[in-house]
Amino acid sequence: MRFERRLLLRERGTGVLEKLWQIPWIFVLLLCAVGGVGYVALYSAGGGGPDPYAAKHAIRFGFGLVLMLSIALVDIRLIARFAWLGYALGIGLLVMVALHGQVGGGAQRWLDLGGFQLQPSELMKILLVVALASWFHKASWEQIGNPLFLIPPILAVLLPAGLILKQPNLGTALITMMVGGAVFFAAGVRLWKFAIVLGAVAIAAPIAYDHLHDYQRARITTFLDPESDPLGAGYNIIQSKIALGSGGFWGKGFLQGTQGHLNFLPEKQTDFIFTMLAEEFGLVGALSVLGLLACVIAFGFLVALRSRHQFGRLLAVGLATNFFMYVFVNIAMVTGAIPVGGVPLPLISHGGSAMLTAMVGFGLLMSAHVHRDSELGAARDQR
Amino acid sequence: MSRKQREEERVRGIFSRRALALGLGQMGLLGFLAHRLHRLQVEEGERYATLAEENRLSARLLAPPRGRVLDRNGHVIAGNQLNWRALLTAEQTTDVGATLETFSRIVPMTDQERARVERDVRRRRRFVPVTVRDFLTWEEMARIELNAPDLPGISVDVGTTRIYPEAEHLAHIVGYVAPPAERDMDGDPLLELPGIRVGRSGIERHHDLVLRGRAGAVQMEVNAVGRIIRELDRREGVQGQDVQLSVDAALTKTLRGKIEEGTSVVLMDARNGEVLAMATQPSFDPNLFNSGVSAAQWREWTRNRATPLINKATNGLYAPGSTFKMVVALAALEARVTTPGERVYCPGHMDLGESRFHCWNRSGHGAMDMRTALKLSCDVYFYEMAKRLGIDKIAAMGRRFGLGVPLDIELPGIRAGLMPTREWRQQQGRPWALGDTVVHGIGQGFYQLTPLQLATMTARLATGRAVQPHLTRSIGGRHVRGVRAEDWPSLGIPERDLRLVREAMWSVVNEQGGTARAARLPPELGAMAGKTGTTQVRRVTREQRERGFRVEQVPREWRPHALFVAFAPYDNPIFAVSVIVEHGSSGSAAAAPLAREVLVEAFQQLRPGPGGNFGPRVAEARPPGGTRP
Repeated sequence: MRFERRLLLRERGTGVLEKLWQIPWIFVLLLCAVGGVGYVALYSAGGGGPDPYAAKHAIRFGFGLVLMLSIALVDIRLIARFAWLGYALGIGLLVMVALHGQVGGGAQRWLDLGGFQLQPSELMKILLVVALASWFHKASWEQIGNPLFLIPPILAVLLPAGLILKQPNLGTALITMMVGGAVFFAAGVRLWKFAIVLGAVAIAAPIAYDHLHDYQRARITTFLDPESDPLGAGYNIIQSKIALGSGGFWGKGFLQGTQGHLNFLPEKQTDFIFTMLAEEFGLVGALSVLGLLACVIAFGFLVALRSRHQFGRLLAVGLATNFFMYVFVNIAMVTGAIPVGGVPLPLISHGGSAMLTAMVGFGLLMSAHVHRDSELGAARDQR
Repeated sequence: MSRKQREEERVRGIFSRRALALGLGQMGLLGFLAHRLHRLQVEEGERYATLAEENRLSARLLAPPRGRVLDRNGHVIAGNQLNWRALLTAEQTTDVGATLETFSRIVPMTDQERARVERDVRRRRRFVPVTVRDFLTWEEMARIELNAPDLPGISVDVGTTRIYPEAEHLAHIVGYVAPPAERDMDGDPLLELPGIRVGRSGIERHHDLVLRGRAGAVQMEVNAVGRIIRELDRREGVQGQDVQLSVDAALTKTLRGKIEEGTSVVLMDARNGEVLAMATQPSFDPNLFNSGVSAAQWREWTRNRATPLINKATNGLYAPGSTFKMVVALAALEARVTTPGERVYCPGHMDLGESRFHCWNRSGHGAMDMRTALKLSCDVYFYEMAKRLGIDKIAAMGRRFGLGVPLDIELPGIRAGLMPTREWRQQQGRPWALGDTVVHGIGQGFYQLTPLQLATMTARLATGRAVQPHLTRSIGGRHVRGVRAEDWPSLGIPERDLRLVREAMWSVVNEQGGTARAARLPPELGAMAGKTGTTQVRRVTREQRERGFRVEQVPREWRPHALFVAFAPYDNPIFAVSVIVEHGSSGSAAAAPLAREVLVEAFQQLRPGPGGNFGPRVAEARPPGGTRP
C-alpha cells in the first residue's frame, strides 16, 4: 500500500490547550473508576494488601493514563496516515513472536522486550482496526459492493488471525476476526456476504475441530460438560461458578470471599478477577462493574456516531467492539457460558500487557473524539 | 461534488444504522451476562453457597487417649506411649501407588505391608488417613520429612501406642489390643481412625468401650490443597476412662517367679471376691501384638504344648481331687445322710460288687468321723458318703460353690467347666453307674474345674457367702462393686456345718497327722486352713500297685497333678488361695508348700491391718484411682 497518502489539511485550532479542553474528562473519570475497581479486586486477590498485585496495578494504570492522554492529542490525520505502517509493525511483532517468543501455557504468545512482557496479538487487534478504518475511509457505496475491493482488507484480517492461530491461540484469533468483521459490517459491506461467510464457517467448523490442539478440544469438551472432569480441566469453571453463586445478592464482603482466599479459585488475579469481585460484592457489585464497563463501550459508540469522518467512525466502532469482546468473553467465561480461554478483564485484571494495549486503544478512541470534526481526505479520491 | 456528498451521506446513513445495531447487540449480550449472573448468584445462590462451604470445611475426628489399666495400687499395667507413624491420605495424592513406591524407596516396605496399606485405602473413605508405617525411628521420620515434596499424601504423625510395662506377668488378665477388624466396625467412627486399637482379650476386651472413650471432632477451614487454615469448631471427645483392677502387679510378679511351667495360682480376697493375684506359667508378651505378631512367633505360641496364650487359671480344666471333699461333706450334712459324729470304718478299701475301690492309705485309717476323714483325707469315708448321696446332690452342692458354673469375672471366654450329673451322663448316651458315684466322692472322675473355681469355692467356704471373683475395682475412679462380704448373698448353709468343715481344714495344716502340716504358716501370720488334693492323670494298674507303685519311676507327664486350696487367717479369713501344680505328684508335697509361700508373700506385700484393710505399699505409695488430670 501507499504510505504517502495525501491528507487534505484544513487546520482548525490545533493548540494543545484547545485539545486538552476537548478531551472527554468524564470518560477519563469513568476509566479511573474501572481502574479503581481493579485496585480493590487485586487488593483482595493479594490476600488483603497492596502487594503483590494492587500497587503494581495502580502504577501501571497511572502510566497507562499518561500514555492514553498523549495518544489522544495526536492528530487523527497522522494516525490515519501511518495506519498501514502500524499494521506492518504489528505483523512484524507477530512474526517475531513466532520465531523467538516466550512460551507460556503451551503457546508462544509473549515477546520479552527488556523486562517488559508484550503480547503482540493484543496490540495487533488495535492496529488492525486502525488499518481497516483507513481502508474503508472514503470508500464509496459501489466500492464497498465490489468484491475485489474487499479482498485486500480480508487478507489484512486473515494474515494476523492466521499467525495468532499458529501460536496457538484460538480464542484471540477468533476475537481478531470478529473485531475485523465488526468494522466490515459498520463500513457497509453487504449483509448477504456475511451470510455466506457464516455459512462457510458452519461447514468448516467440524473440519477445523479435527485440527485443533488437544487442550483446545479439552476446553470445548469441558465447556459442554464441566462436571465430566471436576478435578481436571473442568475444575476452573466449577470453582468459578461456586464462587460466583455463593456470593449471592450482597456478597460475602470485602476480603471475605472463601473461594478466592482459600485458593479454590484459580488465577484469581488474572482471568478470574471478576469472579473474585462477584464473590465478595455479590450480584450488586457484579452488575455495577458490568454497568461501568457497558458505559465504556457505549462511549465508544457515541464517539463513532458523533465523528464527522468515516475513519473516526470506523475506528471508534472497532475499538469499542474490541473492548466489548474482552468484557464479554471474560465474563461469559467465568460464568461458564463459553469455553475458558485466557482472556483478561481489561483495566481490572493483573497484567501489564493487557493494560497497555487497552490504554492505547482508549487513547486512539479519544483522539477520534478530540478530532471528530477534522477534515480527512483520502488518496483514493483520484481513483 | 454533490454526487460525492450524496455518496458520503448514504455511506454515513448505513454506518449509523449498523453501528446502532452493533451497539445494541453488544448491550444485549451484556444483558445476557447480567441475566446469567442473576441466575447464578440469586436463583442458584443457595446451592453454590453450600458447595462453597463444603469446599472450605473439613471435619476430622480426634482420637481420645485410651484409658489406662491400673493395678490396685495405681501401678500402670496398660498405658500409652508416644509413637511416630507415617500416614497416607488418599485424597491428597493423585496416585496412591506412586506415592507408596517413592515411600518404599525411603523406608523399605515389604510387599505384604504395601498390600495391607492399599487394602486399607480402599476400605476407608478417601479423606481418612491410613497408617503406612508405625513405630518410625527418628531417622526414618527425618528422611520422610526431608522428602516430603515427593511424597504427596504422606504425613508424619505422633500417635500413641499401647504399652504393657509388666509384659507377660499380667498378660492373661489385661489382655491385649489389635487393629480393628471388619467385624469390629460397630458404627463408631473412632474405629476408622488410623492407629486405633480395640481390645482383643482380657480386661482390654471386656472394658473396651469404657477404655476407648468417644471420638471428638474438629471442624477446620481448609484451602484448595487441603491445608488447614484455622480451626472453626472443636467438640472434645470423651476420654477413655482408667480402669483400676483388684490385682496387685508386684505380688503377681513375685508369685510368677516362684512357679514352674504348668502351675496356676489364684489368690482372692475371700471377703469380697477381688482377685488379688492370678499367676500362671507360661505366658506371652502382649506388647508384641501392637506391632503385629510375626508368623513365627504365632506358630511358636500356638504349637507350644504348654499353651502360653491360654490362661490356665481360668481356662485350664482339672479334676479337683480331695479338695472337693469339703463339698461332699457339706452335701452329706445337708442331706442328713450322716452326722458329724458318725464313724465309718476304713479298712483301706471299699468293695462294691466285683470292684474294689482303694483308699490312698492301703493299710486303712480305721474308724473315721467327718473331721478326721477330712484331716487325713480318707477316701473310703467319702466313697461311703457319695454312695449315700448320689451324684446329683453332690453336683448341686458343687454348683453352689461356683464349681462347673460360669463365673461372673471380667475375662471374656473363660470356661464354665463341668460338674457331672446323672442327666449329663445320659445325654452322652451312657448310664450312670454306682461305681461312678463312688469315684466322684473323692473328686475324681468327669469333673472339669478351673483353679479360679477352686479359689472361689474356698472363699465361699471361708465366708459362707456367694462371693463372685472379679477384677475391676473402679472405673474412672468410681468403685463398681461392693468391697464387703455383706454385699454378697449367703450360701444358705448352716454355720454349724461350715464351722465343722473349716475346723477340719484347720487340722489338715495345723494338727499332728494333717496332710499339709509341713505347710503351716509362721505363727505371727496366724493359722491357715487348707486341703490337699492329688489327682491321677493315668490309671494306676493292678500290676503297678502290686510291684509297689512309686511316682518317681514314671515319666513326668504321667504323674498326678498336685492341688491345694486354703484360706487364712483361720479365725478371720482374708485370703483364699488355690494352687494347681500340673504333674506335681502330691498335693501335700508340691502344692501345699507353694500355697504357704503365696500366703506369706500376700501377708508381707498386702499387709492386712487389724481391720482387714490392706496397708499402702511402701514402694508405690500413690492413691488408687485416677491420677490423671
